Amino acid sequence: MTETAIFKDTEADRTFRAKWFANRLAVYGVLILWAIICLFPIYWTITTSFKMAPNVMQGNMVPWVDFDPRWLGWRSLGLSPDTIGAESTVRDEFMKRFLNSTIVSLASSTLAVLLGSLAAYGLSRFSYKFGFMKNDDISFFFLSQLILPPVVLALPFLVLYREMALLDTRIGLILLYTLTVLPIVIWIMRDQFAGIPTELEEAAMVDGLGVWGAFFTIILPIALPGMVAAFILSLVLTWNEYFFAALLTSTHANTLPVMVASQTGSQGISWWSMAALSSAAILPLIVIGVVLERFIIKGMAAGAVK
Amino acid sequence: MIWGSAVVMAAVALAQLGQTSGWWNLGFTNWRPTLYAYCLWATVLCWAQVVIRGEQGKRTLFVLPAALFVVSLTVFPLVFGLVIAFSSWNLSSPDGRTFNGFDNLRQMWADPFYWNALGNMVWYTLAIAVEYTIAFGLALLLNSQIRARKFFRVAFLLPLMLSPVAVSWMVGKSMLEARFGPLARLARALGWDNPSFFGSPEVAKMTIMLMDAWTFIPFMMIMLLAGLQAIPKELTEASRVDGATGWKSFWEVTFPLMLPVTITAILIRIIFKLKLADIVINVTAGGPGGATDTVTSFIFREYRDRSNVGYGTMLAMVYLVIIVIFMTVLMKLAARWTRPQT
Repeated sequence: MTETAIFKDTEADRTFRAKWFANRLAVYGVLILWAIICLFPIYWTITTSFKMAPNVMQGNMVPWVDFDPRWLGWRSLGLSPDTIGAESTVRDEFMKRFLNSTIVSLASSTLAVLLGSLAAYGLSRFSYKFGFMKNDDISFFFLSQLILPPVVLALPFLVLYREMALLDTRIGLILLYTLTVLPIVIWIMRDQFAGIPTELEEAAMVDGLGVWGAFFTIILPIALPGMVAAFILSLVLTWNEYFFAALLTSTHANTLPVMVASQTGSQGISWWSMAALSSAAILPLIVIGVVLERFIIKGMAAGAVK
Repeated sequence: MIWGSAVVMAAVALAQLGQTSGWWNLGFTNWRPTLYAYCLWATVLCWAQVVIRGEQGKRTLFVLPAALFVVSLTVFPLVFGLVIAFSSWNLSSPDGRTFNGFDNLRQMWADPFYWNALGNMVWYTLAIAVEYTIAFGLALLLNSQIRARKFFRVAFLLPLMLSPVAVSWMVGKSMLEARFGPLARLARALGWDNPSFFGSPEVAKMTIMLMDAWTFIPFMMIMLLAGLQAIPKELTEASRVDGATGWKSFWEVTFPLMLPVTITAILIRIIFKLKLADIVINVTAGGPGGATDTVTSFIFREYRDRSNVGYGTMLAMVYLVIIVIFMTVLMKLAARWTRPQT
């Protein structure tokens, strides 16, 4: 060491760096630990669907190292490569449930976004008076539906639907699901519209557009990202809904969660087929989650920050 | 025109009423015609707004459909539910509905399982404090300078996307299975000889809490993360210049700024927590001895096992009243708490 060195590590610098390094290590340690906690159940389910009985008993984890992946679980669903062409009642059943889930969640999300964004736009721009209710009261009325626990509605709906022959139909489920996600959509969209300056529509109105014309041609394209976020969020919620589906459907309109749940009860310990079924039920959502993560986070963050 | 369609609806409803009470027979088998009549009336009402009130009506048209939808789907069932709640109605018995006044209420008062379920809800709600701490920690970590932030964000988000039913199988039934489940193995390796996660009431409740936390921590985390990102960088920098170290700047700068977001996140989380049912229904069905029961799962079984609609509705109504009171108090408190800061 010569005296001419310009940059010298003093004692303080060195401890600082060591501290910084330890800090980094701890941060990444925690992050990775939590990532494992989040991902391991998914990994476990997907690998289990390729396991055979002894593999499950021995708790083998890593495919090709611990055990040979087989199509056992998927075969019992009729979805493995060698059975995909053959007739399979289980697969038909599965596809029916899958289709039900898809139709119900898509339809109710569309309906909710349609009704919800109209209402949110109206509430953020005009002032209303329905009897004693002003704008704030109306908003509160919509948002208060969030607090309403599903049980309260469940049994009256059961009776009503029975009277109206809507029990075990998709339309019945769609109506109910729309109701459950509507407050969330209104919440997100109100935030979206509040962020768009009013001058835009005023300009449009001066140019001769009506209220609705301005809404459709000017505002809607701007608010589209928010609508997508609301749509995806309601899609996830309706796809996963179990409580109403279990109560109100029996044979025709069953959704996927109901099928998964009923299999859990009946089949004891045929793990691989359950694992295959569960992974089939969660795969669409994982894909949505990975691809559209940005929108979901945006949607959920909308209400948090005012 | 409004009145015309309203008359149509009233006529159809009356005809149906007559049908059910057996005065005359017009060949209806269910109440659907009334439903159609209602839809017709609603549509005409919306249309009439525009015709009669012009520009103002066009504006009303934005809110009216949603309002009609929500009113018809919540207020009507709620009123109807009140009627059911004060009657003895077992769907599987042939007698149909009979009014029985406050008998359901009296029965509820003496039902230890319902009170037990309510007590459990208190415990479940308290668990939110722990969830909040973890979620805040993770949000802070995600907000700091790290690599591969996108990967971690997606990974942390995934549990929220999975359906609770699938989770209850994946985690509750398979990973926690006492003999072969990987978590049971881990527990054995750590020295717990005979791991049974649903054997004793306390452990079972704990396990349900953990599983629920697993699915919903990402939700709080994302809300908190959004709040953290909204804090301007200058503030933390200024506090650092003023000599605040990490811990102190967190408590004196970050945490107070996050208070509004915190309250929103916790309120929403409580709302979701009070609906907790899917996991309980599928994993433990309320066992052992009702230790994990939530109100929702209890009412669900009350209907599934006994088809006891009247009593179940009464329980749900009481639950609703409790929730509304609780949430109102909570929101008032929260409002008073944040007012001075903002």
